[in-house]
Amino acid sequence: MKYFRTTVCALALAAVATTANARDLVMNANTSDPAQKQAMEDLIADFEAAYPDIDVKFNLYDHEAFKVAMRNFLVSDAPDLITWNAGNRMKVFVDLGLLEDVSDVWEAEGLYEKMPAVVGASSVDGKQYGVPYAYYAWGFYYRQDLFDQAGITETPTTWEEFLDVGAKLNAAGITPVTIGTKNLWPAAGWFDFLNLRVNGVDFHAELMDGKVKYTDERVKNVFAKWAELVEADFFVENHPAYSFQEALPFMNQGDAAMYLLAPFIVSMFPEDVRAKVEWFPFPIIDEAVGIYEDAPTDSFHIPVNAKNKDDARLFLAFAAQADNQTKTAGTLDMLPPNVNASVKDDRFAKGGFAQLSKADGIMQFYDRDTDPALAKVGMQGFQEFLQNPDRIDQILERIEAERARIYGPL
Amino acid sequence: MAETQTMPAARPVSTRRNTTFFSRNKLVIMPLVFIAPALAMFSLFVIWPILQSISLSFTEWQGIGPKKWVGLSNYRYLFSDPVFWTSLVNNIYWLVLFLLAPVFGLLVALFLNQTVFGIRLVKSLFFFPFVVSQIVVGLVFAWFYDPAFGLLATILEPFGIEFPPILADEDWATFGIIVAGLWPQTAYCMILYLTGLNSVNPEMIEAARLDGAKGWRLLVKIVLPQLRAATFIALVVTVIGALRSFDLVAVMTEGGPYNSSNVLAYYMYDNAIFRYRMGYASAIATVLFMIMNVYIIWFLLRLWKNEKGAR
Repeated sequence: MKYFRTTVCALALAAVATTANARDLVMNANTSDPAQKQAMEDLIADFEAAYPDIDVKFNLYDHEAFKVAMRNFLVSDAPDLITWNAGNRMKVFVDLGLLEDVSDVWEAEGLYEKMPAVVGASSVDGKQYGVPYAYYAWGFYYRQDLFDQAGITETPTTWEEFLDVGAKLNAAGITPVTIGTKNLWPAAGWFDFLNLRVNGVDFHAELMDGKVKYTDERVKNVFAKWAELVEADFFVENHPAYSFQEALPFMNQGDAAMYLLAPFIVSMFPEDVRAKVEWFPFPIIDEAVGIYEDAPTDSFHIPVNAKNKDDARLFLAFAAQADNQTKTAGTLDMLPPNVNASVKDDRFAKGGFAQLSKADGIMQFYDRDTDPALAKVGMQGFQEFLQNPDRIDQILERIEAERARIYGPL
Repeated sequence: MAETQTMPAARPVSTRRNTTFFSRNKLVIMPLVFIAPALAMFSLFVIWPILQSISLSFTEWQGIGPKKWVGLSNYRYLFSDPVFWTSLVNNIYWLVLFLLAPVFGLLVALFLNQTVFGIRLVKSLFFFPFVVSQIVVGLVFAWFYDPAFGLLATILEPFGIEFPPILADEDWATFGIIVAGLWPQTAYCMILYLTGLNSVNPEMIEAARLDGAKGWRLLVKIVLPQLRAATFIALVVTVIGALRSFDLVAVMTEGGPYNSSNVLAYYMYDNAIFRYRMGYASAIATVLFMIMNVYIIWFLLRLWKNEKGAR
């Protein structure tokens, strides 16, 4: 009994000692996909090796659960670090005064020169509120063997070539494009690219900020282009029944040839299929419009209510270093924002990097760039349009009503 | 100190112990004392949140940051929101079609209420769907319905029948989910009826048999009246289950395609969690609460009448 009591006392003391002495750094993250989880764990292990005094407590959330939990913990019991998205999604919390200004880290580490591509997305009113660890390009993942089978020798670079590719695939009995719209956002990728290619980045940004009506003629032009694809049977049938992962088997089994998506899909292809998959960027529609891309950016942020901000800043600086960015982005199949870091040596990363280097301007993504409520109504509209292109006028009126509710009438 | 000295003066009171305030009102106070802990918990975790969400429904709030008082505008917006009406209509479909669960449950219970070798195993197999999580039921049915690789599509394919894409079709999605919901709900009603059947008086049945009643008449005139308690509970549970249908919708369609299978409970969740419109979501919740109140009041009245009858 006596021994028992001493042991309990010793353990209790030890517990108190560890919480009091070690420098705890609590990190809440939404990086729950296997590759993301791996990348985060590696980064944390490297950080702990470099700073043995600091003990990182890593709390992993599912993507959707994180969105919910975040609104609680940022106010009530803030961690020292969070993962989140740059751009408008970050700005929402900056406006609420919940994210820390980390311009000093950017200054001290010279990140303005090292990460020129993501300064804009990390800034609100000229101050930086986060440090990106990866960003990625969207584009077409396609099966080279199916293209060969349909007699397609070159990847399409213009709208006419793209339509031609679709016709050839259909003639060969292959559905040109797979898509799963149960999650809604895969359809938003199509809208973003079509709008960027038809109307350019300035118009797209205005639309995202609620400064243009959805019933505008220019928006209708975008849907006219999209309707050409729907009517030419580009998309797999019954896509609202499938999540973005569930739409992948069509491509794996050789029933569909292309998928407009982001690099996180790469690790989801089975080994033998991945060997046959290649990448090309979204084709040009109007020569007069520049090349504009979606490049969603993922970043680390410090909550204003964090307890250990000093060590959190150390972590931001560490995560921004070129070699760490190389490793993290490599595991993620994404691109490192630091220009001194090297892009993973594979065709997807290289292709995406080359395309983004050419880009005249970048956006984040539909549901990251615009109001969340509007994004939801918009994406439901895209899904309905893909199933019923003839309802386009009603759909646009419904989205416009939501835009007017949020941003006010124009 | 002064007060302790006055204590002896109060002594005469203690001699009249039998007529203290407590003893005079014992019958009122003791029940209140016993009910107090439960009442406190119930008020804190049920009544208070209800009042809170009703008061939230008059505001515009993101979930964090300042709340803005907007009066009735959430409700006004609600009535012009087509998704709200679709959800309400879908809730009515749920309500009506879910009433099949007690009917099926009774049929299965009558079928299983016999003494045959191995019937216990069969009973537990029939009860199985209720034990499985709704999430799993939803996932499995979604796989059944999968128009390309699903079980139903694969079975029908050799016969040249093209299985409709249930969950991707705006006209069918709700019904596809209701069918999935009926499966565990039937099991639940079945177990209610099975226990009810256990307490059916065998002498009454025998007497009825002697008087020449059999089949349908025996069921309707003799057995069903004795199952009234089970029927009542089955109805209430099914109606409430239909109104709060949420998990199956969330797993199988997320309210889609384009809101055609949405229900009030999911639309509320969607607004609160994905669109950050707590006020609007609270307004939906309040409407749903009012609809449920109709049934809850009916339920309480019945209980109250029954108890009065028992006394």
